[in-house]
Amino acid sequence: MLNGVQLGLLMFLLAAGLTLTFGIMDLVNLAHGSLYMMGAYFAWTLIGLTDSFMLGTLLALPACFLLGVIVEIVVARRLYARDHLDQVLATFGLILFFNELVRAIWGPEGRSIAVPAFLNRTVNVLPGVPYPAYRFALIVAGVAVAILLAWLVARTRLGMLIRAGASNRRMIAALGVNIELLFSLVFGLGAVFAGLAGLMAAPIASVKIGMGDDILIVAFVIIVIGGIGSIKGAFVAAMVVGQIDIVGRAFLPDLLKTFMGAASASAAAPAISQVLIYVVMAAVLVWRPTGLFGQRG
Amino acid sequence: MTAGPLSALRTPRGLVTAVALLVLAVLPLLTHAFDQRYLLSVGNRIVIWAIAAASLNMILGYAGLVSFGHAAFLGIGGYAVGILSAEGFESGWLQWPVAVLVAVAWAALIGALSLRTRGVYFIMITLAFAQLVYYLSSGLAAYGGDDGLNISRSRFPGLIDLRDKAAFYWLCFALLCATLWFCSRLAHSRFGYVLRGARSNELRMAALGFPVFRYRLVAFAIAGAFGALAGILLANDGAYISPAIMSWVKSGDLIVIVVLGGIGALFGPLYGAIAFFAVEEFLPPLLDLLHRGWGEYWQIVFGPLLVVIALYARGGIDSLLGLRHG
Repeated sequence: MLNGVQLGLLMFLLAAGLTLTFGIMDLVNLAHGSLYMMGAYFAWTLIGLTDSFMLGTLLALPACFLLGVIVEIVVARRLYARDHLDQVLATFGLILFFNELVRAIWGPEGRSIAVPAFLNRTVNVLPGVPYPAYRFALIVAGVAVAILLAWLVARTRLGMLIRAGASNRRMIAALGVNIELLFSLVFGLGAVFAGLAGLMAAPIASVKIGMGDDILIVAFVIIVIGGIGSIKGAFVAAMVVGQIDIVGRAFLPDLLKTFMGAASASAAAPAISQVLIYVVMAAVLVWRPTGLFGQRG
Repeated sequence: MTAGPLSALRTPRGLVTAVALLVLAVLPLLTHAFDQRYLLSVGNRIVIWAIAAASLNMILGYAGLVSFGHAAFLGIGGYAVGILSAEGFESGWLQWPVAVLVAVAWAALIGALSLRTRGVYFIMITLAFAQLVYYLSSGLAAYGGDDGLNISRSRFPGLIDLRDKAAFYWLCFALLCATLWFCSRLAHSRFGYVLRGARSNELRMAALGFPVFRYRLVAFAIAGAFGALAGILLANDGAYISPAIMSWVKSGDLIVIVVLGGIGALFGPLYGAIAFFAVEEFLPPLLDLLHRGWGEYWQIVFGPLLVVIALYARGGIDSLLGLRHG
């Protein structure tokens, strides 16, 4: 259960950044997974340089922000007014670029980030229920980001400008808002969330080329299930997807073993739990073509 | 158009197309004569992927529907051949129709669901269905799972031996020509005009009384059939099939090929496939010439190239060739 929550929150972290660029700014940003990967690689490098997990990760976030702003200025800025096909193509090009760049700089083999010492223990979530502290920290970070983002977009003047700018750029620009700067900052913020997700995932998964590519699709699925542009929807959908995945991995093998061999059951279970995610998405879209909490068509 | 088919040769587009088709038609002879047999396999890949791209072009180009899961049909075609062959059914007369029928059935099913959505939701739901098939295939432990499946080539006893490289290539080439011919018939049929009409104004077509949803669904199913055909050929070409063929990156590659060649252009998929594989083959050695070792990282150049194409060259190679004073 908690693993599902933790996985769901990790995916929410990734989906949160994507909600900003894809959901609110309406940009099909396939390169979001690359920013996730870059976050993990930045963290790996900076942790190596500073010899401190906290310092390294804290420094990686501004690096992600900077990278996001650069990507926005060089490429993404020109894509907002284009149709989705151009966005898919251009950001697909960015994926190839980043994957290859990482291979050129960090080499083809994967890296790993160790769980920091102060989190490398278990905490008792409930009396008598031990749980790895690092995963617990992930949950805390995910919840914090969710609250921060919901507050930022729904309650602040900045959030108001972002939402207004997304629905009518020219109107907001005419009101004297520097819309270009605003969108650069939002894109950078999205990159920070992606990078945060990437570096937080690094100690439990591994840091490798293309690590963001498959999880990116899941993040898109989450946003689409939740309803494009809805942070609440993304959060709920991330939780659902996290639970499906964990339940699929934890219980399906036993269930399948009752009517097939043990080996093929454990091979089929992860595949089936992945399939379930997409079945849920299809079911939701058939039932509500704009997602659970979606308003826009 | 009125001055006979040869007048097409006077435009750069017609000339390039004719030359490309001619070279592809005699490619086995050329590679044999110059002893560059390896290039035949590159040519074969170009031809097969051109079929796949042409099938995507039917829905992306004519109907304007950005299907981001087209590689799934390739996988279905390939796996149908692979599974049947693993079960001992090696006759192509059985394998190929089954593969196409399964793909059409799947296309009809997911088309009926996906076409209810619009725009970015359509992109995402087609992607999701493709991922579904992808994970299903990697869960097929009996048929290799993630590792894929070695298959023996389809048999057409007495007709053609697919193990003969040149014969197989010519079969693929003939099927490409047939596919392109079909596309051109489709584009200039009433059916094609309805699709294109609905692309620019769906409401108007609906108001005129055309059941747009049904037209799109049929187009989707036809595209699925041709996608499966490409998959069948790929499986035979490599004598191997694995889930990797349907990873979403392959669907992205297909979109790249279509856009590179020119969306909605009849020969666009062919230009796109040639350009795509030419870049893959020749960019690395070119970069190695500039600086030893750079060739390995050719995608650092290719990626930004795609960005530039998306931003500035919408018509692709087709419109480049169509320029009058180019």
